[in-house]
Amino acid sequence: MGAPLFELDGVSLEIDDRRILRDISLAVSDDGITVLLGPSGAGKTMILRLLNRLEVPTAGVVRFRGEPVTSIDPLALRRRVGMVFQRPAPFPGTVRDNLRVADPAATDDALLAALSGAGLPPVFLDRPADDLSGGESQRMCLARTLVTRPEVLLMDEPTSALDPDARRRLERTARDLATEGRPLVWVTHDLEQADRLADDVLVVIDGRVASAEERDRFLKEDHGG
Amino acid sequence: MNAMDDAAIGWGGLTLSLILVAVAVGLSVWQGLRLEREMLWACGRAIAQLLAVGYLLVLVVDEDAPVIWAWLWVVAMVVFAAVTVRRRAPEIPDITRLAALAIAASAAISLLVVFGLGVYPNVGRAVVPIAGMMIGNSIGSVVVAARRIVGELADRRPEVEARLALGQPWQEASKPFVRSALRTALTSQLESTKAVGLVFLPGAMTGLILAGVDPVDAVLVQAAIMYLILGCVATNVVVIGLGLTRRLFTPDHRLVRLARTTA
Repeated sequence: MGAPLFELDGVSLEIDDRRILRDISLAVSDDGITVLLGPSGAGKTMILRLLNRLEVPTAGVVRFRGEPVTSIDPLALRRRVGMVFQRPAPFPGTVRDNLRVADPAATDDALLAALSGAGLPPVFLDRPADDLSGGESQRMCLARTLVTRPEVLLMDEPTSALDPDARRRLERTARDLATEGRPLVWVTHDLEQADRLADDVLVVIDGRVASAEERDRFLKEDHGG
Repeated sequence: MNAMDDAAIGWGGLTLSLILVAVAVGLSVWQGLRLEREMLWACGRAIAQLLAVGYLLVLVVDEDAPVIWAWLWVVAMVVFAAVTVRRRAPEIPDITRLAALAIAASAAISLLVVFGLGVYPNVGRAVVPIAGMMIGNSIGSVVVAARRIVGELADRRPEVEARLALGQPWQEASKPFVRSALRTALTSQLESTKAVGLVFLPGAMTGLILAGVDPVDAVLVQAAIMYLILGCVATNVVVIGLGLTRRLFTPDHRLVRLARTTA
């Protein structure tokens, strides 16, 4: 069996003297959708940001396919490890302009393939990016990330600002991408969403990976609530 | 009596001008602004500073004094300007060094043009006041440019990080926001360049006319100074743009955490 997709080994993260993550060790499988689940403020987003080096740990090692991320060129790493943020951040111009930021040399065929991967029809290519609904905008951001042809996708609560219909559709798109062989790491605090999506679940509580007992308690509490 | 004598107001004239300070203090008392002490302190401090500078300038601009003293004065002005920028924008990282670099670069370029090409003679009487105007105008533009850059990158952090996450280097990811900040910083200087003569008569021209110089000659001097200031401000803004932006990203292309500023 090969190296896991990602590995965190004794990782801690402090920001402005505040401890965000403490001595985390975990492995993410190179297959399907891994959900990072936990309450708000548990440190899930920071784990995601460590995976494409938007943050660096104050202690410990982060590995991508067995290689410490610090030994990979950060720009190359970020193109291999695509990230979709919680709130869509459209750039000025059309959807085509947005997608071209990811690859100025991309052909229209490549842009259409990325749009299709994100579940948007070709007609969107010439729409103004600031004229899209929340769900459409988030899909455009996903398409923009797909233009770099990443090996893996990091999704940071991408449906938190979407209505239930848009949320379901983005979840279906995520499942399609995973089925096509692109593993995903999906952050959420929504237990039902984790149930619908996860092939594997890692529970994070208070900056740590939850023990089996904490994990059971969290899952029960949330179901009860 | 010559024109220069007309322009000199003497101690008597200065004392009479204090009537206007009394008016300001009176207005402050009447409106309950509680600024009387500060007004008196500011006026007292200003005259003390100007007199000290005036007596020093007598030595520096003396026709027999070596011009090196004037240039050393310019170096001191650059250092003092950088310290002033630091006091006005302490939240900007590494601002003293960057401001000194920007102001020195812009002063070097503009003074090289002025004195290298012989627009003005390389004598203390010309070097000190012209460098003073360049450097004085630099302070404001450096503060505005630095604050706008930090403000833009802090406010637009999600967009900047979305660009970084697509594999863009920091130079590319920050470009639209830094460009917008630099445009804002330059616009106010452009506006005052456009409004000059229509709305206000700038200081150098007013001084020359008061001293009895022909108004058209005064205009030529003022126009040259305005163009120099514009070049100087543009240089400042660009040096701050390049230097500060580099300082706000790590070598591995991450945006550092930024305190919000009020630009």
